[in-house]
Amino acid sequence: MSERDVMEYDVVIVGAGPAGLASAIRFKQLNEELEVCVIEKASEVGAQILAGAVIEPEPLDELLPGWRDNPPNICVPVKRDEFRVLRKGGSSRFPTPPQMHNKGNFIVSLSAVCKWMAPQAEELGVEIYPGFAAVEALFENDKVVGVRIGDMGVAKDGSEKSGYTPGVDIKAKLTVFAEGCRGSVTKQLIKKYKLDEGKSPQTYGIGFKELWQLPEGRVEAGKVMHTFGWPADKMTYGGSYIYHLDKDRLAIGYVVGLDYEDPELKPFEMFQQLKHHPEIKPLLEGGKILSAGTRAIVEGGWQSMPKMEMPGALMVGDCGGTLNVPKIKGTHTAMRSGMLAAEHAVANELSPEGYDALLRGSAVGKELKRVRNMRPGFRKGLWPGIVNAVFETVTFGLAPWTLENHADWSSLKKVNEYTPPERDFYQRDLPPKDRLQSVYFAATDHDEDQPIHLHVLDTDICVTKCREEYNNPCTRFCPANVYEMVEDEEQGLHLQINSANCVHCKTCDIKDPYQIINWVPPEGGSGPNYQNL
Amino acid sequence: MKLMVSVKRVVDYNVRIQVKPDGSGVVTDGVKMSMNPFDEIAMEEALRIKEAGNAEEIIAVTIGEQKAQEQLRTALAMGADRAIHVEVDEDIQPLTAARVLKALADKEQPGMVLLGKQAIDDDQGQTGQMLAALWDRPQATFASKVDLDGQKAKVTREVDAGLETIEVDLPAVVTTDLRLNEPRYVKLPDIMKAKKKPIDTTSLADLGVEAAPGLKVTNTAPPPERQGGKKVESVDELVSELKNRGLI
Ligand SMILES: Cc1cc2nc3c(=O)[nH]c(=O)nc-3n(C[C@H](O)[C@H](O)[C@H](O)COP(=O)(O)OP(=O)(O)OC[C@H]3O[C@@H](n4cnc5c(N)ncnc54)[C@H](O)[C@@H]3O)c2cc1C
Ligand code: SF4
Repeated sequence: MSERDVMEYDVVIVGAGPAGLASAIRFKQLNEELEVCVIEKASEVGAQILAGAVIEPEPLDELLPGWRDNPPNICVPVKRDEFRVLRKGGSSRFPTPPQMHNKGNFIVSLSAVCKWMAPQAEELGVEIYPGFAAVEALFENDKVVGVRIGDMGVAKDGSEKSGYTPGVDIKAKLTVFAEGCRGSVTKQLIKKYKLDEGKSPQTYGIGFKELWQLPEGRVEAGKVMHTFGWPADKMTYGGSYIYHLDKDRLAIGYVVGLDYEDPELKPFEMFQQLKHHPEIKPLLEGGKILSAGTRAIVEGGWQSMPKMEMPGALMVGDCGGTLNVPKIKGTHTAMRSGMLAAEHAVANELSPEGYDALLRGSAVGKELKRVRNMRPGFRKGLWPGIVNAVFETVTFGLAPWTLENHADWSSLKKVNEYTPPERDFYQRDLPPKDRLQSVYFAATDHDEDQPIHLHVLDTDICVTKCREEYNNPCTRFCPANVYEMVEDEEQGLHLQINSANCVHCKTCDIKDPYQIINWVPPEGGSGPNYQNL
Repeated sequence: MKLMVSVKRVVDYNVRIQVKPDGSGVVTDGVKMSMNPFDEIAMEEALRIKEAGNAEEIIAVTIGEQKAQEQLRTALAMGADRAIHVEVDEDIQPLTAARVLKALADKEQPGMVLLGKQAIDDDQGQTGQMLAALWDRPQATFASKVDLDGQKAKVTREVDAGLETIEVDLPAVVTTDLRLNEPRYVKLPDIMKAKKKPIDTTSLADLGVEAAPGLKVTNTAPPPERQGGKKVESVDELVSELKNRGLI
């Protein structure tokens, strides 16, 4: 085996999303001497970032004053908000909940925002390395001292190919994890240091998005619309977002809470149905999809946020769950947590100690605490959820209680214990036809000759217990049709993993009812190549 | 001996190409750009020649906008020793590229100029050949194997009928085909070191090259959309369906 190179920095940041980049910029602004590097598993910065996205601009105003004169390529001021509850065939307009007022906010592509932030960080001297994934943390005396980058050139069977290149070890005085929702290294660390002890389990949703080019004149640039209700049944938390951009472009997406109970539910199909609602379909007809993707979204909020510090390292952004669910916004809090991490570390000789308390007491913590009971309120269904949300809003979240979250994988009901609701779905004719066609719009790419990056710890369960109890839900919740049950003479009925289609959403890692799917980063640079998502 | 490798910044092979609504070209806003894959193969071959002790220096050249320096940095991280950036904002046509490379060849006196057989953006596939003519040196195109032997190179070419092996005197122009080699993974420390390697910037005027405006793109259009297929139940139905559509 070839030697493993070691590189040393003051600070290494894992993940070039809004949290990681904001943190990197802040570190350099506060102390230009610090050597800061950011590693990113996508082939380029932003290529695996997906969000609505309406963002609150205040953190950017603080971090990059003057950014409004040099905005990212998609940046449309919000003009008006609309909030509707859908039923099949119709809808009712509701007053927009106060958390969803978007005056002063901007519709952007978060992927493009990151691509725009990266060179600004580089100008300050931050070194950014896309195409390299962190696979594990490095430890010394039980303290995190950096990360190991994945090897390149390993064949599917684990042998070394001719171009085999061992990944480097990046050592740093402080490691900042900014992996986003359900980070794969963060997951190991939360377990190792028991960072979730005494917290509610983390919860998630699965979020779809498509960017459309529409016939001229249909789009009302700056209009923001959210819907609740259909096609989700009463017990499933689901809602859409429809954001009107400039240049006749429209962003449309759908989020399904992963605490859904129906083992037969197909989240991808729900999104496609939403597009066929009679009030939405006319908007899209005749247009074409520019790009599409899927990403899990963290929903646990305040009570599920793990301890954000550990010896030698910190967490920032959604790998710790800083997203504000009622607002469906996590960008501003991710950026703020990243900036705060840098401010804390620079003031304390790069020590992580005390950051967790600082974050909880900061504007981010206050914002999350205030809305902590909103999302769990929807566990009893849509209407009780809305009533609870109204109560929490008028009382400013001052109720003395905190509603608990429950792990998403545990909420799935067994096939024989559940009668699925009447779905009565539309015949579909808008693209994409199916999940494979959607994957094509994600431009996902994995070298086929590499180890499968979805580790299913026990594939016997798939043909026995899981088939019986849940009818293999992975074949339905995966947005990219990665999991298929196939039968052939050689192996009989078995699970086939089409890992090359994976769009790195992490849903399987979260929702699998036996918690035996482990998502690990494939070879650096693999995965979706999102454009303007 | 010196080796000169030309690398072009192109839309990444993974990107789903979108034509601008007005037909004036393809969308590059927000689109991932990379080194032309055939040029990566040329770069890898140059590295292997150097590592075998048959060359002392590798110069990477690009002709293009300011941002094309990103592709030069990749070439430097792969192992090129230095780089030359000929800064031009307009799209470059093959003849202009060939003239630039000729001017640089006169200046640098390389023993071999390696280029991809074509760039995946416009698929022109002419630059190497034009350079050989202008430079008045032999050319070995579509190479799938290159062996050096003193002042000569034995090159296996991928031709319609199979493989053809030719011998050329050096200096020569070699254009690379897909099967020549598999480019290496770029290592992180090498990317860092590449940031410190020199890039010389020059211009068409500095090189005394006149742009060749011979080609004009009049329209760009996407291929017609595939019509959905139809399943038929029987041979009879198939025949009548084909007849209905006037196909038989
Ligand atoms: C459908 C949907 C809609 C949303 N809408 C909005 C919205 O309208 N407004 C809003 O403010 N927020 C929205 N969000 C939330 C927003 O996307 C997140 O809050 C935000 O992206 C969090 O930023 P982050 O930097 O923590 O993580 P991310 O943006 O996820 O970035 C993490 C980065 O780290 C990289 N990475 C991960 N693991 C590794 C590793 N091991 N090695 C190297 N690199 C790694 C990833 O590739 C990625 O680039 C939405 C999210 C979804 C899913
Ligand atoms: S395999 Fe898992 S991470 Fe990949 S697309 Fe499917 S659900 Fe998402």
